Amino acid sequence: MIHVSTTVNGDAHEFLCDPRETLLDALRDRLELTGAKEGCGTGDCGACTVLLDGRPVCSCLVLAAEAKGREVGTVEGIADGEDLHPLQRKFIEHAALQCGICTPGILVAAKALLERNPDPNETEVRYWLAGNLCRCTGYDKIIRAVLDAAGEMREAT
Amino acid sequence: MRYHTPTSFEDASAIAAAATGVTRFLAGGTDVLVQLRSDFVTPDDLIDIKQIAGVRDITRRGDGGWRIGAAVSGAELAEHKALTAEWPGVVEALELIGSTQIQARCTLVGNLCNGSPAADSVPAMIAASASVSVVGPAGEREIAVEDVPTGPGMTSLDAGEVVSAVNLPPRGEGGGDAYLRFIPRTEMDIAVVGAGVSLSRDGESITAARVALGAVAPTVLLVEEAGATLVGSTLDDTALAALAKAAEAACRPISDKRGTVAFRTQVAGVLARRAAKIAYDRAGA
Repeated sequence: MIHVSTTVNGDAHEFLCDPRETLLDALRDRLELTGAKEGCGTGDCGACTVLLDGRPVCSCLVLAAEAKGREVGTVEGIADGEDLHPLQRKFIEHAALQCGICTPGILVAAKALLERNPDPNETEVRYWLAGNLCRCTGYDKIIRAVLDAAGEMREAT
Repeated sequence: MRYHTPTSFEDASAIAAAATGVTRFLAGGTDVLVQLRSDFVTPDDLIDIKQIAGVRDITRRGDGGWRIGAAVSGAELAEHKALTAEWPGVVEALELIGSTQIQARCTLVGNLCNGSPAADSVPAMIAASASVSVVGPAGEREIAVEDVPTGPGMTSLDAGEVVSAVNLPPRGEGGGDAYLRFIPRTEMDIAVVGAGVSLSRDGESITAARVALGAVAPTVLLVEEAGATLVGSTLDDTALAALAKAAEAACRPISDKRGTVAFRTQVAGVLARRAAKIAYDRAGA
């Protein structure tokens, strides 16, 4: 077993893991952070998206051991206590989710986009989220929710 | 599986050289971990190179070229303004791979060493006359990128050898490069054909050109005859027609679900022409 010390959503964590274990499995099974979901398990669907040192990655394609000394961000870190992030509120308002499996990954990826580009156009949002598959919504509601949240966040600053 | 985190390429090489089973090096893991997860390749020794100093650095070489560390991701490369200004074709080729999430992890070296004939960044690197620095039991050596792949999934690297960096030559005045690929959608797919072109201009006239093609042979091809058709020309219609003909003549593709032999061959000529036009315009900008 490998001993890993890491930071998740700003908090220090330690765990033991198998060398083959993914960051996704360690988050879900060892740290009980079950927001990130396993869809495909091969980096195609984006349901397991988390931030690694500030960049969105598929946590199914990161070994838990690689998280040693690095900063991990998950969907659990997006809301401020009971206050939802604007993206989360807009996803509810626009009904941008149905089954919800893809939603945590999309929220993490979309938040990373808006931090880099507060005013993306529709094409930029669609390309940024091309690695997040949704089988329910047909994407339009997701894109509208992200653009709406971006607008609200720009007004707030 | 043993997971190693050496802090020097010499140590990484020594671990690999001493290993008796299946060995893989880990940088971004976008191929190695997919193979691990799908039980396609389970390494006995997995050597993570990311603890080695400098592996994520992009540095200007003394000769005016660039040294790109083996673990520099697509996202990090694309954010480097000076390198992107000089070698937009190399950067756009790596950027075409996968999603935002994959871009945060995928590397030029991984794309090369995975050995796929459809690897997007490899034709662009070959067109750019890129080389790789390799550390092995016998010391260090530099290999031209076109000499690394030997067949699907295979490379010319010896046991215990590990790539430490990609080297790009000085761009110089009047240079430009470009990479184009054909896929049946706009994003997230594997090249049916890829074409990389790098050239230099003196005024309107082309003084040097290299053309490389992907997914039309068991390895990515450097097509010297295609580059030669452009030298001395102003990229007029005659030169472009000769370029397409030379590109088509080099193709030895397979027919599969992505495309037939005839389709791939024709598209190789079309993409070589289009990439040459973009490279020519960039060189004149």
